[in-house]
Parts: sequence; structure tokens; C-alpha cells
Amino acid sequence: MHQNYGFRLFKVDHNSRHAAPRRRGRRAPVSWDQGLSGRVGVRQPVLRKKRRRRRRRRRRMEVVVFVFSLLDCCALIFLSVYFIITLSDLECDYINARSCCSKLNKWVIPELIGHAIVTVLMLISLHWFIFLLNLPVATWNIYRFIMVPSGNMGVFDPTEIHNRGQLKSHMKEAMIKLGFHLLCFFMYLYSMILALIND
Amino acid sequence: MSAPAGSPRPAASARIPPRLGGAGASGAAAPAGPGPAPPQQNGPAQNQMQFPSGYGLHPQNYIAPSGHYAQGPGKMTSLPLDSQRGDYYSGLYTVPTQNVVTPNTAGQQPGAQQMYGRVLPAPHMAGSALGSFPGATSSASHVHMSASVNHHNSPAVGAANSSVASQGFPSTCGHYAMSTVSNAAYPRVSYSSPPAGDPYGQQMFTSQNAPPVRPIRDNSFSGQNTAISHPSPLPPPPPQQYHQEQSLSGYSTLSWSASGLPSTQDNLLRNHTGSLATANNNPTSPVADSLSSSVMQNVQPPVSSPVVSTVLSGASSARTPAAACHPAEPAASVTQPSELFQQKGVDSSSTTSSASPGPNSYDALEGGSYPDMLSSSASSPAPDPAPESDPTSAPAPAAPQPSKVAKPFGYGYPALQPGYQNAAAPPGSGPPSASPVYSGFQQYAQYPGLNQLSSGLGGLSLQSAPQPESLRPVNLTQDRNVLPVTPVWAPVPNLNLDLRKLNCSPDSFRCTLTSIPQTQALLNKAKLPLGLLLHPFRDLTQLPVITSNTIVRCRSCRTYINPFVSFIDQRRWKCNLCYRVNDVPEEFMYNPLTRSYGEPHKRPEVQNSTVEFIASSDYMLRPPQPAVYLFVLDVSHNAVEAGYLTILCQSLLENLDKLPGDSRTRIGFLTFDSTIHFYDLQEGLSQPQMLIVSEIDDVFLPTPDSLLVNLHESKELIKDLLNALPTMFTNTRETHSALGPALQAAFKLMSPTGGRVSVFQTQLPSLGAGLLQSREDPNQRSSTKVVQHLGPATDFYKKLALDCSGQQTAVDLFLLSSQYSDLASLACMSKYSAGCIYYYPSFHCTHNPSQAEKLQKDLRRYLTRKIGFEAVMRIRCTKGLSMHTFHGNFFVRSTDLLSLANINPDAGFAVQLSIEESLTDTSLVCFQTALLYTSSKGERRIRVHTLCLPVVSSLADVYAGVDVQAAICLLANMAVDRSVSSSLSDARDALVNAVVDSLSAYGSTISNLQHSALIAPSSLKLFPLYVLALLKQKAFRTGTSTRLDDRVYAMCQIKCQPLVHLMKMIHPNLYRIDRLTDEGAIHVNDRVVPQPPLQKLSAEKLTREGAFLMDCGSVFYIWIGKSCDNNFIEDVLGCPNFASIPQKMTHLPELDTLSSERARSFITWLRDNRPLSPVLHVVKDESPAKTEFFQHLIEDRTEAAFSYYEFLLHIQQQICK
Repeated sequence: MHQNYGFRLFKVDHNSRHAAPRRRGRRAPVSWDQGLSGRVGVRQPVLRKKRRRRRRRRRRMEVVVFVFSLLDCCALIFLSVYFIITLSDLECDYINARSCCSKLNKWVIPELIGHAIVTVLMLISLHWFIFLLNLPVATWNIYRFIMVPSGNMGVFDPTEIHNRGQLKSHMKEAMIKLGFHLLCFFMYLYSMILALIND
Repeated sequence: MSAPAGSPRPAASARIPPRLGGAGASGAAAPAGPGPAPPQQNGPAQNQMQFPSGYGLHPQNYIAPSGHYAQGPGKMTSLPLDSQRGDYYSGLYTVPTQNVVTPNTAGQQPGAQQMYGRVLPAPHMAGSALGSFPGATSSASHVHMSASVNHHNSPAVGAANSSVASQGFPSTCGHYAMSTVSNAAYPRVSYSSPPAGDPYGQQMFTSQNAPPVRPIRDNSFSGQNTAISHPSPLPPPPPQQYHQEQSLSGYSTLSWSASGLPSTQDNLLRNHTGSLATANNNPTSPVADSLSSSVMQNVQPPVSSPVVSTVLSGASSARTPAAACHPAEPAASVTQPSELFQQKGVDSSSTTSSASPGPNSYDALEGGSYPDMLSSSASSPAPDPAPESDPTSAPAPAAPQPSKVAKPFGYGYPALQPGYQNAAAPPGSGPPSASPVYSGFQQYAQYPGLNQLSSGLGGLSLQSAPQPESLRPVNLTQDRNVLPVTPVWAPVPNLNLDLRKLNCSPDSFRCTLTSIPQTQALLNKAKLPLGLLLHPFRDLTQLPVITSNTIVRCRSCRTYINPFVSFIDQRRWKCNLCYRVNDVPEEFMYNPLTRSYGEPHKRPEVQNSTVEFIASSDYMLRPPQPAVYLFVLDVSHNAVEAGYLTILCQSLLENLDKLPGDSRTRIGFLTFDSTIHFYDLQEGLSQPQMLIVSEIDDVFLPTPDSLLVNLHESKELIKDLLNALPTMFTNTRETHSALGPALQAAFKLMSPTGGRVSVFQTQLPSLGAGLLQSREDPNQRSSTKVVQHLGPATDFYKKLALDCSGQQTAVDLFLLSSQYSDLASLACMSKYSAGCIYYYPSFHCTHNPSQAEKLQKDLRRYLTRKIGFEAVMRIRCTKGLSMHTFHGNFFVRSTDLLSLANINPDAGFAVQLSIEESLTDTSLVCFQTALLYTSSKGERRIRVHTLCLPVVSSLADVYAGVDVQAAICLLANMAVDRSVSSSLSDARDALVNAVVDSLSAYGSTISNLQHSALIAPSSLKLFPLYVLALLKQKAFRTGTSTRLDDRVYAMCQIKCQPLVHLMKMIHPNLYRIDRLTDEGAIHVNDRVVPQPPLQKLSAEKLTREGAFLMDCGSVFYIWIGKSCDNNFIEDVLGCPNFASIPQKMTHLPELDTLSSERARSFITWLRDNRPLSPVLHVVKDESPAKTEFFQHLIEDRTEAAFSYYEFLLHIQQQICK
């Protein structure tokens, strides 16, 4: 229901533009076609109904996937912004390294999981392109998490963050991720719309 | 007294001529002479120095307060006043005190004597450093010998000199007379430092007069100038004296005269005493009397009787210190230029208070050291203190120099006081002495403010000529003797003379490139590391301490005003780091020296690149904490078996009174095995109570209030506990060690105040939080492949350290273990809390006596050395440069702020720099470190070092300015990081690549040379050798069996040792000692110290007929050849022949033979130059211990590593690739 509602909303949007007349036109043929098919035979409608139901279910699933990805992506974007803000606070000396790192380390795992879920979801829903796009980033997240030396306090270590330009590289990484997530966001958005339209 | 006087005189005269004669050289030397005297130690000296005190310089305050403390509770009250008084005005106070207390003068005399005693060492230092002035040194030694005698004598000498000098100048100012008197007192000092004389002459000129006067350096001239310049209201004293002063003590600074009153009084006193004691003095003394009388109404002369002085002196000392402190500062400032030279020699140990064995050491360092005063006063009672004074003076050799220094320096501040003094006292005294400024050249340099706005920018002017020597190409493969026979000194930045003189001492502050490349591209082309090496809290022999209401800083970048700022006009100065134009605050406009407004460029802040400010409450987040010490002791079976408790408790008992601190000092003890034991030492208990907490999963404090107790109130209980501790656990069967919970308990205990936690651990922690497993695989010790486990196994200790650091608590780790204890993990507790790490492998108090001895010595230093609490250090550099990596023990709290819960004088730091913006629009860059800390006396202080370096645009200039030692130390630090974060082999490759890259980059810049040869600029010729040494160092070697803990400890040391000590660790010094001669020997503390040439670290230099000493920093080896001369073995080792030398020998017997004396004095001299006394091992050619010795011969080939020549070929191969 929820999706339907959204879909309808969207439709209304679309309606206001050039697509409106076309839709009307399309609808008419559909009804007309139905009439025609009813005339032609009886068994076909059963198969078509099954297929259509499957297709519709698939499309609906797609919509669900993309809506979820979109929400997840929003969260990741917020997380990236949060990382950037916190790191630049550290850079500007508004907070000290200790609290900065404990703040950030808290979110490393949620970020990792969030991104991994989307990636897996894409794999399951057989969106190969999006999956491959996400794969390197997800791998990097996991790699970074696994490779933390045993003596460190997490990905962000207060004793090292100021050394060897680590702060800068963390910042760069957060920026890149933000860009990536924004890109993903629009891709998901587009895909979702597409899925809704097709529904 | 008279008799001794006679002898010193000749020496003095002999010295003097050199000063006068060689204006340039002597000038340079002179400042050095005075410079060496550490203001801190001077405490006592300073007291005597009172003239300086008049200046109200802080330095003395510094000392003085401590002194007060040291002296007694009674004085303590007075101290705060003095210390706070730090202001320029202190002079006023001091004056009255002195006047009033005639007896003081008497007391002071003894002090003066002490001063001399100390002075002596300083000169020596200078001598050693410079290598010249043998005469001076000898004289110094004389002085030292008979400090008291000399003291008295000095006036006489001064008189003689004065008579000579004065001839031309009948008309000396009354002021000068005053000053002269004081000078008379000083002359001895001056003896020690002949060079000083010149500056004085100059000062006279410069002080009041215009530049024209400067050129003239002759005393006579100066005398005239002074006379002219300073019309003194006072009746002219006998000119002779005046001249004498000038001539004798280059130092007889104007400032003195300004401060005059006190000093004069002292002089008078001295003179009087002198007159009483000896006929010789008479000439001077009468003068003095007349002067005194004329100048002041002081009755002092009569009063001066030595007997009275003792009591009074104490009082006087207490008062004077404050004043004295101020003067001392100026002195320090003056001397600083000299410091550069001298400091090397003097360095921390000998000069610094810390070095001084006595309890004073700390005090001296921190505040004025009164102890000296006390001692002096004690000695003083007798008119002929000579015998007594000598011993007293002897202990603090460094002190005397500071006093000298102070005087000359005083000018900056002194001026104010003099002014005040004058006002208070007879107006006659000419404050004009303000002139005391530096010698002429310095003035030029410094005062650019008015004249040369951009003096800073002009820095390069003189240098333009390239340095041929440092760029001379050296063919490394053909030149087999790259190692010089004398120790390698830091290269001097290619600045003009003025700036060079002002620049920070290389001992405190060094840059790997003394010429900074203009752009990052140029730096990349040079392939050299750019970074700073810091030793900010070094024990200094002299340090100007400044108290003023406003600490002048740049408004935008918060840089402290320093000698390299430029004054746009009298009201504005331009920051040399961010180029912002700032206003000069009203207070800063007043120059105490000249008592005039508008000379901000003569303030000590602007005259010294190393200064210390007494910070106001703006610099405190909370009231200054007291000194708090907590000892956390492992008492498991393993620890009791090793027996360290006995040594620790013994050392603590001995040094309980010397622990730095004030009346608030607190101390506590905590022991642990599988449980944690607290000790209730609350005052009023009949005996210490032991409280056992066995709940180690959730540690709590049984009685939070009474575990850390006031040291003074509960001293008896503490002593009881220390006496009982070693035997309390003798029968323990507990083998577990709950270190983690114990540390948590310690953290809880310390968190309200902060302070220092000393942890003694003997095994792997096996219980509770932070327990560790053994990670070392003994089979991998000599692996050439991968060395694992260089990083910590858990973040428990790191977290704990950060928690501690946040609560201003530092954790120092003493690891005394016989087995693997995972130092890599344990070290974290010290690394990030700014503590220090000591490691004693296979420690056992009876089976391993050399380690036991080492622990004992280390503890003595550790317990008594200076300490700063709740410190932060910020490093700033000129816009365009940025710091990106820090090395050392601390926590980087924000981009450029290092949080140091404790700072100790043995801590070194390194910083890597990058050039972010092109530096084309500037010709100089500056670096400033500011260390804000709470002294053990509860004062907030800021120590500021400023380093100024030229910017160059050509690659050749960059190579010419390489400081190879600094570069190696920085590389070593980087390599440690690399081996922990990546792998050891990576780090080794990086080291080799550093050489290959830099040499090939150099080779490509000089295309005219054939490529077949391995060419290096002279400045880099030691680079491959040092890198090879690093590769064979314990930290980085592979293929040789190295225990993991040893390796990790070596890495910790690389990270936190200051450069001087690190260099010895990397590349030991080898000397042949069986043929020591006095040729080229230097004189230190009346001992002759032979200076054998350095030998290559190669077995080819070892002959079977010889005996060699290897100085590895923390260890000395004496290797005895198989067919070593029996005479040597007999005379030095006390054994009849080679075969009878014992296998384990750690001491040289005190034999009464010349060669034994030489060898011992040489070794003692080497030892005195470092904070931790190294342990001596005598290694016979055949003994198994010789592998220890031979592994340090880094130029030789081992089964696992290249020889030096092979290494060169390897590099050459790499370059050709």
C-alpha cells in the first residue's frame, strides 16, 4: 500500500508534465487490448495473469529494494557528512583527538554494515552494475576494519591521527565516500522511479 | 687570603690580554665563558651576583625560590614574594634589603666564593668547547682550587688590573665606581672567562653611547667612553678601580653598576674582608669603601664582618634571590650567544643543577637555588672561608659562570632596577648602565628594530659566500677516513653574525637542513628529510627568566616575541611567523636597562632565543598542581627474587629530600602481585597500614584520602615503609602479576591531581585487565625475514595512557625482567602519557651487578632530576611550513599541540616538516617551541625556544646546510614508525633508499663528475656510515640474534632520546686509552682531561697492544688487547698482567699513577656529560663478552651485514641502476 501511495504521488507529478497525455493514451489501449484479448481466447489470460503477477511482484520487490537502498544511502550520506564535520573539527582544534576518535569509531561498524547490506542487496536483486560499483568501497571498508593493528583503538586512533597526514587522508576518504554515496543516491533514486513507473 | 690572591692574579692578567687583544675571537669566546654559567644553578651564584638581582630578572627568582625552599621553611614565606616580585622592580626591594643587612654582604662573600667555584667549571666548559684559551682554563682551575682564596684575591687582582687600565681615565663615574666595586668582586669570575672582558668594554660603550663608540674595544677607551657617557652623580671613585673592573671582568657590566647597590655592597664586603684578611686587597678595599660611602650611606663596610654574616647571610640570601633572579636572567640572555659554543661542552649534566649531586640541584634548576646560598653563607661565617667555601663551591661548578653571565646580561633588565635602586638609594648611581647591552656587534644585530626594520630578512647578507668546505665533494669509496678525529658538531646556519649569535643552541633545537629549501619541489629534489629535533626541557646552565604582567605575543598566531621579530617602529613589531604587525604593549616599551621608553628591542625577550616566562593565571586551567609521586611496585615472587626492591627503597630513602617539589609534595605507594596492596600513610598512624584489595576485576580505592600523603608530614611513616618493603614479601609464593588492575587503581588514585606514576614490573602481566601472552618465538630472534610483534598486542595500555594523559598523569615504566615481557605492549603506557621507559634485561641484584648498579644510578638521576607537570608544548613555524608527524613520548592533542603530562630534562622530540607554500618571499624561516609547564614549586612557566634558519633556492645550498646527525636521528625515528606500521624490512629498505636517493640526487646535480665514483658533499660524507650504523643497531638489525624486548627498547629509545645521546647509541665513539697524553687536553674542575682522537669503528684500529674505550652512550666498554702493555694493565687496571684481569670488571681502581689518573678523569668527564651514568665493562680480548663489544664495530663485516666498504659499493650499484 505504501508503495502504491508513493507511486500514485509520483504519477501525479508526472501527470502535470508532458507524460500525462501519453498515459491516457496508453491506458486506453490497455483497456482496448483487454477487450480484444477477451475476445480472442480464454486460456491466454491465465498465463498472462501469472506472468504479470510475477512481473508485478518483481517490480514491486525492485521498488522495495531501491527505496531501502535510497534510505540506506541517505543514512550513509549523513554519516559521511558527520565524519567530515568531526574531522574538520579536529583539524580546527575544536575537539580533541581522543573524543573525536571515539565518536568516529562508534560509527565505523554501522557504516560498514550499512554499506555491506546495500551491496548484498544489489547482488541478490541481480543489479550487477550497481553491485560492482559498490563492491570496491565495501571491500575497502571491510579491509580497513580488519587491518586495524591489535594495539589500536579502532580505525581512528587518537595517537596516530595527527601523524603522517592521517587526518588528511581520513578526510579525503570521507570526502570521496560522500561523493560516492551522492552518486549512488541519484542512481537509486532514478532506479526507484524507473521501478515505480514500470510497476 | 693574601697569599692565594697573589697567585690568582697572574693568571688573571695572563688571561686578560687575550681578551683584549683578539676582539673578535675573544669577544665570541667571552660571551661563551659567561654563558656557560647556568642561571639556574647559579642560584647561589646569583645571590652573590646580587647586582644582577638588582635587575629584578627572573632567573634568579627562579633560583631564589627554590633556594628558599631548600633553606628552610622560614624562608619559604619570603620566597613567594620574591618569586612573584619577579618584576623588574624587584630591584628596589633587593636594594633596601642589602643596604639594611650589612651582614648580608658578609654572607654574600662566601656566596661569591662559591660563585667562583662554579665559575670555574663554566670556563672549563668553554675551553673544552672552543679548544682555545688554555690559559683561561688553567686559571679557572686555579680559581676552583682555592675558590675562597681567589675570591678574596680577586679584588686585589682587580686592583692591579684596574690600575693599569685606569691610567688613562681618571674620571670614572660614581656609578661606575659602584659597578667597579662590584666588578672587583666579580673579577674572579671574569678570570674564569677571559673573553667576557671584551664584551664589557663594548658594553660600556654601547650602553649609553651611540654606535660610534662600539668600534673601540680597548678597555682604556671603554673607560673613557663610560666616563663620558655616564656622568655619574656620585662622586667619582678612584678611577683605578673602575678600570680594573672593566679590564678584569669583561663582565663588570654597566648593569652591575646599575644594580650597583647590591653589587657594590658585595664588593665592599668582599673588599673589606679582603682588606682585613690581606694587605694586598687594601688598595681595592679603600676604594670600595670610599665608593660605598659615597654612593650609599651603607654602613656595610664595617658590618661586613664575616662572623655576623652567617646568620644574616641567610636572610639576605632569601631576600636577594628575588632580585638576584632578575639579574641572573639578563646575564643569561647575554651569555646565550656564547651558549651556542659553550653549551656543547657544558651541556646538561655538569652545568645544570640536576647534575649537581646535592639536593640543590632541583632547586637550582627550578628557581633560584638557594642551597648554594646557604652553603655559601655557611662557609662565609669565617673570614677566611677559603677552606670551607671550596667544598661548597666545588659541588656546583656550573653556578659561577651563570653569575657572570647574569651580569653582562643583566643589562636588559637590570636597567630598570638600577633605576629603581637609584631612586631608592642615592640618586647618584647612574642607572645609565643600561648600556650593558651586548657587545657592540650584538647590538647591531639586535637592535635592528630601530635601525634595520628587516634585520631578520637581511639575515643572509653576510653569508652569501658559499661554504666551500661543506660542499667539497668527497669520493666515499676512496676516502677511507671519513670519520673526523674530533666529535662532530652541529653545522652553523648560514646566517649573518648577528642572527647567528642570537640563534637557539643546537643542543635544544636542531633542524636537519640548516638551509631550508624554498619549495617542496626543491626539497623533493634534494631527497633529504626535513624536520626538527628538539630537546626543549634540557638542563640549562643559564636561562633568562622573565616575569612581566603581559607576555607579548602575536595576536593572530600567538607566537611569543623573540629575537627574530622586526620592529617597524617603536610601537609596532612584525611577527616573524605570520607577518602580522602587532602593537608593542605599553609595559614592553619600558626598557628597564636604560630606564627609558621606546627601546623594546633591548628587552631580554628580544635578546634571547631561549627564555622562560613566569606565566600568569591566564595560562592555568586550574591552580598549579603539587608534585605528586606514586610508586607502583611489583612484589610477585619473580620481583622479590630479582631483588630490585632493596635498591629502589635505598635510593628513595637517600633521595627523599631531594625529590623535586614544595611543601605540598605528595607521595604514595602501591604494590601488587595477584592482589593490590595499598599503604595508608596518614599522619598520626604509628606505622604504615597495608590494605589489600583482592577484587581485581573492579578495582576500588579502600581509603581514597590517605593513600597519597604529604611527603613532609608523613616522612617518618614513609621511611618506615621503605625500610620494611624489601623484606615484607620475601616469602611470597605468588607468581601472578595483576599489572593492569594495579594501573587502574593508580589512575584512580592520581586522577584528582595528576603527577607521576613510576611502575616497576618484572614479568608479563598475567591477571586481570591488560593481561598479555608471550608472543616471542625465540627461534625467530635471528631471522632475516619478518620480525613480528613490534606493535602492542592490546589497546588496554594505550587507553590507560590516554586516560592518564587526560588527567595530567604520566606513567614511567621500569621493566626489570629476565624473560620476555612484551615491552611493545607495556611501553604504550609510557609512550602516550609522556613518561619514560627504562629496561634492564636479565636484571638481578646479585647475579648481575652491572645492571643493579645501572638501576641505582638511573634511579638517582630519575628521582632528583627536574620535572614539569601538566605540560603542553606547541611548535610553531613560519607560514608556509607545516608539521605533519611528531616523534617522542606524548599525546598529540591537536594539530600542533603536544600534551605532556610530565616533562623531564631527558626527553627529546622530533618533528617532520613539509613545505606547503613556496617560501620565495622570505629569506628566513623561524621555528618556535613553547613549553608550558608547572614547575615542581607550583609555578606556571613557559619555556620558549626560537630557531631561525635561512631559506635557499639552490640545491647546492641545501646540500651545504645538511646537518647529517639530525638527519640520521630523524630518519631513525621515521624508520621506527615504518617498522611498526609496516615491517622491519620495509624500514631497512627505506633507510638504504634514503642514502641512495640523496647521493644520486647530489650526483645528478654535479654532472661534471664521473659517475663511476660515489661522490658525496662533505656535509653528507658521514651519511652512509651512519645509516649503516643504524642498520646494525639493535632496533633494525636482522640476522643477528636480538631479543624482541631488546629491539623494542632500542626503538623506544630512538623515539625519545635527545639527539646527543641518540647519536652515541647509533654510532659509538671509540678511543684508544693506553697512551693518553695531555696533548690537547682540556681542563675541567681542576682536572686535566685528555682528549684522545676518535677512532674508526673497525677492528683494523684495534691492536693487540692497545686498550680501547668505546662510549656507547649507556654503556662503556674497555677492550684490553691480548698483548697490551703490562704497565698499562698494572697502572690502570691494577692487575699484574693480562691473564689476571678478572672477567667481570666494572670499575677502574683508583690508583695513584699518572695513566690511571688520566684514564679515570677521561671516563669521568665522559660520564659527566650525560644524565644517566653509563656502566663500565672491561672486556678482555678472549672473554666471551667481547662479542658485545665487537658488534658495535659497525664498519666491519658480520655474517649478516655489509662492511662499510661493501655498503658503499652496494649504494653505488643502486645508484647506477
